[in-house]
Amino acid sequence: MNLHEFQAKELLKKYNVPVQDGIAVDNVMAAEEAYRQIKTQTNNNFAVIKAQIHAGGRGKGKIVGTEQRGVAVAKNAEDAANIAKNILGGTLVTVQTGPAGKKVNKIFVAQDVYYPGPNPVKEFYLSILLDRAKGQNVIMYSTEGGVDIEEVAHKTPEKIFKEWVHPSGGLLPFQARKIAFNFGLTGEAFKNCVKFVTNLYNAYLGLECSMLEINPLFKTSDDKIIAVDCKMNLDDNALMRHSDLAALRDITEEDPTEVEAGQYNLNFVKLDGNVGCMVNGAGLAMATMDMIKLSGGEPANFLDVGGTANAQTVEAGFKIIMKDPNVKAILINIFGGIVRCDRVAAGVIEAYNKLGNINIPIIVRLQGTNAAEAKKLIDESGLKVQSAIELSEAADLVKKAVA
Amino acid sequence: MSVLVNKSSRVLVQGFTGTEGTFHATQMIEYGTNVVGGVTPNKGGTTHLDKPVFNTVADAVKATQANVSIIFVPPAFAADAIMEAAEAGIELVICITEGIPVQDMVKVKNYLQGSKTRLIGPNCPGVITAGEAKIGIMPGFIFKPGKIGIVSKSGTLTYEAADQIVKAGLGISTAIGIGGDPIIGTPTVEAVKLLMNDPETEGIVMIGEIGGSMEADAARWIKENAKKPVVGFIAGQTAPAGRRMGHAGAIIGGAEDTAAAKMKIMSECGIHVVASPADIGKTMAAALKK
Repeated sequence: MNLHEFQAKELLKKYNVPVQDGIAVDNVMAAEEAYRQIKTQTNNNFAVIKAQIHAGGRGKGKIVGTEQRGVAVAKNAEDAANIAKNILGGTLVTVQTGPAGKKVNKIFVAQDVYYPGPNPVKEFYLSILLDRAKGQNVIMYSTEGGVDIEEVAHKTPEKIFKEWVHPSGGLLPFQARKIAFNFGLTGEAFKNCVKFVTNLYNAYLGLECSMLEINPLFKTSDDKIIAVDCKMNLDDNALMRHSDLAALRDITEEDPTEVEAGQYNLNFVKLDGNVGCMVNGAGLAMATMDMIKLSGGEPANFLDVGGTANAQTVEAGFKIIMKDPNVKAILINIFGGIVRCDRVAAGVIEAYNKLGNINIPIIVRLQGTNAAEAKKLIDESGLKVQSAIELSEAADLVKKAVA
Repeated sequence: MSVLVNKSSRVLVQGFTGTEGTFHATQMIEYGTNVVGGVTPNKGGTTHLDKPVFNTVADAVKATQANVSIIFVPPAFAADAIMEAAEAGIELVICITEGIPVQDMVKVKNYLQGSKTRLIGPNCPGVITAGEAKIGIMPGFIFKPGKIGIVSKSGTLTYEAADQIVKAGLGISTAIGIGGDPIIGTPTVEAVKLLMNDPETEGIVMIGEIGGSMEADAARWIKENAKKPVVGFIAGQTAPAGRRMGHAGAIIGGAEDTAAAKMKIMSECGIHVVASPADIGKTMAAALKK
């Protein structure tokens, strides 16, 4: 599950991780008021206004139809109001959102961290994630902060450092010191960085993140170390023991059909193609999408109906897939093991009759337990449903349907 | 011959009396698997499906000499169940449970370092040696005995592959469902090694997915050590980057864990890579004739 920057920062504060603080608002008046509060707090006329969406690249991204960037500096209350007006309700397109962009419902009015002081400011990069191959958490960091880290990794891999955390010892003090030394920090900044990294790792573990990225990790002119931006993903499997975190889910950031599918306990991902599919099992579902592509179509979705493919799940699956006007055909691919194919077939027929107005080709491939009986049921149902038993037959039927 | 499990495997079911445990234990017993008992805390001393129930894995091992355990415990308690089995000296632990938090698995992986316990899964369909023992949730009848081994991250796709292999007249030695989570006990390369060293297995089907580097690691090992043909398929050629496709581990994180990248490395390492999942059976049949 993804969180917004303002949500992630609230959580980090509970773990004593210093952040660029601010106030999240959803209307222009509140934005002006937030600006005034921030101004009083920081004794600084500048404040930063940041669009809150689940995607990066906001600073360079623009609100559709305007020159307004997703991150902007306000110099006074009027300025803050204008920026808020431009961003709120607009659609922000960044390199990560794709051309459709994302609607902005909230902005974060935040402290300006580039205030003048005795020492130069510096931007670093630091993220914590899982190293799947080692089965350990790893801290990845670089002196090149505030920029696209994938580009740094590609062009100058020597500037990326990694520190693996052994599960039995946890993050050890020497490791946190090593990170601060590699950033080239000394004095107060060094001490603050060691504390920052230690507390950040505790947050990563405590919140059960699957990824926690601070970019930039910022050294202020008075040697504080703070998180200016924060991207936090939580482990979906761990949310069962963090009901407070589960409540932070923002469904307006998700595809509405995906949200609806979730309510039926269907595992659904919306794609851009023209052939819908409904499959039991995640691996077979991906393989079915691949087969659709090889047959000349484009998959319109990923849909795993799980182990119990019955009339209810099939009906829900039909409804979800048919919300997409681009869908020109639907392939149902069920490998019946424990679940019997004839029962799935009966489910398909029941759902089809109940929905009534299906006027695109439906291809049903049922293989496994009672596959022959299932094919007979489909063929004799009188419905405009094509049946197949072998996967290659199903592929041929898809080919004909999209031709 | 076969790998990991056979007729003499003495199987314990953890989470025995629950709905899933009961259903699948019944199916395993019907298949002929030697289920010697089960574990459900606070139900020790009772019997279930005519087998003894124990409070702890250690008690069960003492009484039954079980050497394999299969876990149907809910996600929040599954990591604990794996470690309990390892502590009791179980040699092979097969964890079916889907949805275990990843930090729990970091702990498990570390706990099992240096222990003699092998973990298969989690989030897997289990292991079946055709005609001998089914320790998992797969439909047993599809797996007709024969000479092809299967290693797979996915459940139904394993059934699909097995069905094609059987219809190609080849049959299955052992099928190993390694699981679709980011951290699993036995990575692809280790499962492939077992089958490569099994004299009764003449060919290997390796089924992977987007995400992680396990297939590439296995491919490099196969390049140096192949003694028999390997047919490979990677699910998710059409999956978008950054989206989790059902399995917790099936997510494209970078340029190297896409299906295309994995298929390229596998081809370069001499694996017969199929683009369509419908071609697994016939490709293996052709590869064996060469």
